[in-house]
Amino acid sequence: MAGWEKREIEVGGAPITLFEAGSGRPLLILHDELGPADWQLWHEDMSKHRRLVMPIAPGFRDERIKWMRNVTDLSRFYGRMLREQKFGSLDVVGLSFGGWLAVEMAVNDPTQFAHLVMVAPFGIKPSQGYITDMYILTTAEYLKSSIADPEATPEFATLFNSATPQTIESWEDARIETAQLAWEPFMHNPSLEQHVRGLNGLPTLIFWGTKDSVVPESAMRAYAEAIPGSKLEVFEGCGHRPEIERRHEFVKSLTRFID
Amino acid sequence: MQIGYFVEQLYAGVPEEEIIRNGGFFGVQNKFFDPKIGGQLYHRYISEHIEAERVGYDMMVLNEHHANPACMSHVITIEASILAYVTKRARIATLGVPLPITKNPLRVAEELAMIDMISGGRLVPGIIRGAAFEQVASNTNPTQNREIFDEAYEFMLKAWSTPGPWRYEGKHFHYRYVNPWARPIQAKPLVLVPGVISPETVVWAAKRKLPYVALATEVNATLRMWNLYGETAAQAGYQVGPENFGYLQKLVVADSDEEAYELGKGHMYGGSHATPKYSALPGYNSKVALKDYVNKFYALMNPRAANFMDVEEQRKALLDNYPKLVDAGHIIVGTPKTVIPKIRKVLESLRPGFFNVWGPEGPIPHKNTMRMMELMGQEVIPAMREMGKELGLEDAFERELGSRPLSANGKWEPIVKSPPSAVAA
Repeated sequence: MAGWEKREIEVGGAPITLFEAGSGRPLLILHDELGPADWQLWHEDMSKHRRLVMPIAPGFRDERIKWMRNVTDLSRFYGRMLREQKFGSLDVVGLSFGGWLAVEMAVNDPTQFAHLVMVAPFGIKPSQGYITDMYILTTAEYLKSSIADPEATPEFATLFNSATPQTIESWEDARIETAQLAWEPFMHNPSLEQHVRGLNGLPTLIFWGTKDSVVPESAMRAYAEAIPGSKLEVFEGCGHRPEIERRHEFVKSLTRFID
Repeated sequence: MQIGYFVEQLYAGVPEEEIIRNGGFFGVQNKFFDPKIGGQLYHRYISEHIEAERVGYDMMVLNEHHANPACMSHVITIEASILAYVTKRARIATLGVPLPITKNPLRVAEELAMIDMISGGRLVPGIIRGAAFEQVASNTNPTQNREIFDEAYEFMLKAWSTPGPWRYEGKHFHYRYVNPWARPIQAKPLVLVPGVISPETVVWAAKRKLPYVALATEVNATLRMWNLYGETAAQAGYQVGPENFGYLQKLVVADSDEEAYELGKGHMYGGSHATPKYSALPGYNSKVALKDYVNKFYALMNPRAANFMDVEEQRKALLDNYPKLVDAGHIIVGTPKTVIPKIRKVLESLRPGFFNVWGPEGPIPHKNTMRMMELMGQEVIPAMREMGKELGLEDAFERELGSRPLSANGKWEPIVKSPPSAVAA
């Protein structure tokens, strides 16, 4: 986890770990379904002008919180965390599962965010196609499927190809926790599409790649249509991880949007 | 000792290469299934269980699997119901009802109660968590499998025994009006807990004084489970005996050793039930177990591990393994004369109160299964009964679980005293 500083806090009696880096206005990062990412190049880029704050969701690395039953529960818990930590209204970028978490938080209280950014978010049931069933793929297969062109993405190999047994075990923890929260309905909240219609005035940006094999385009279009004034930025030929696959364009767009 | 008869009930119409190419039975496309053949096979398998009763088995043992051709019994209570009506003497054992995946313990309680009533009190309800791939086939959350299992079990017992109407609001199940007009004849049906070397299941069974039935697991690993059960029982204040244990033994009997050896190869047919991706579901096994297996998971990550060998190579690997399994006694094959001493060795090694015969597997002609029934009835079952008596293998109907006191110093005795290593020889 080079690059990250670790800070332990407590929320409602539960220990929560924050990974933090950089300085400037805080940018909340909500990690994906496999848990907190190692230090990545886009973190490096963003940390030059932002204080990155990435909480490890309960259960993704340590003991789970037993009463936590779904992403709505987690989003309310995170809302409490932000209030107690007195972050004020901050910018958020949520990746995949974390994108879903971010928008659930926004629905609970739009004022906790200044800008909402979702990268290929789960959360809405696609009208065409399905969100990939990660549980009948090995993590290796799932990771591989999340990138459009692994050959052209050297950072992907650095991050994932030489995973240690500890990392693999931590992915397994993450798979367990996401299954606890989102096994059924699978990775979506059936009423979310209606709730997001009330997000007037929250600047919202959605990233998606045309070669994303994890979340179908129809779900992204549904978000863009439902969230008033939101913007969908599509990367041609990119997979599920534009922050790695199209890092420069991603960082540029993200920075322009939130600054 | 209770002697049971069991087979998986293969749908034999699928070319073996399809199963091998698929990496196991689970996930083979159901386009290979022909309901007309399926119907005939159901008649066959039911008739074989009826025959098992006729030749003298004590129990007709059933199981259930989903979305794969290895086992045609997809709703265990349907076959159990049929047998409840058409048979008269043998007990009907479910090994077992996969409680979590049925998602409706009130309905299961009613189904099992009806089977017990129709059979005149012959039901032996075994219950299971369901294999990992069963969670896939039923969309059951594998991370919550065990807590769903616990809740369903407790609910089922209550539904059988507590006068209604009453209200139930649990975590996974909610019934605001419970008043089933179906209760078992038996005041307290004996619940069996089958397992495949999952320590948590063994401890669960021991704490509740329920027999643990090891499903054709390797002898030394099985004895370790016996000892874990014994230790847990001692903590709960009782000494274990054969009544606490059951075993499932692959066994093929024919008129000649050569014929039995050939028929026994059916136990290798198609290879494993499921590929790793359907067996390594998140949270299905405990984190403790996972930590032990982290290297195995690491191996799964290796793309080379995902490359299945070609069909012929795989088939050869399966058949190359066969003589080793026969030598180890994992699959016992032979004539009545040659299998009886081998069965004796298993009985001595494991001292089970329940001994279930896992009959011929693979695409075996009906006549061979029926011939094995005759031979079992004429020679093997009578010999097994004698051995059971001689070895003092009391079953759970003869001896109440938990009725053996611990010795005065509070210590427990393993039911098999010889070290496990002596068993394999």
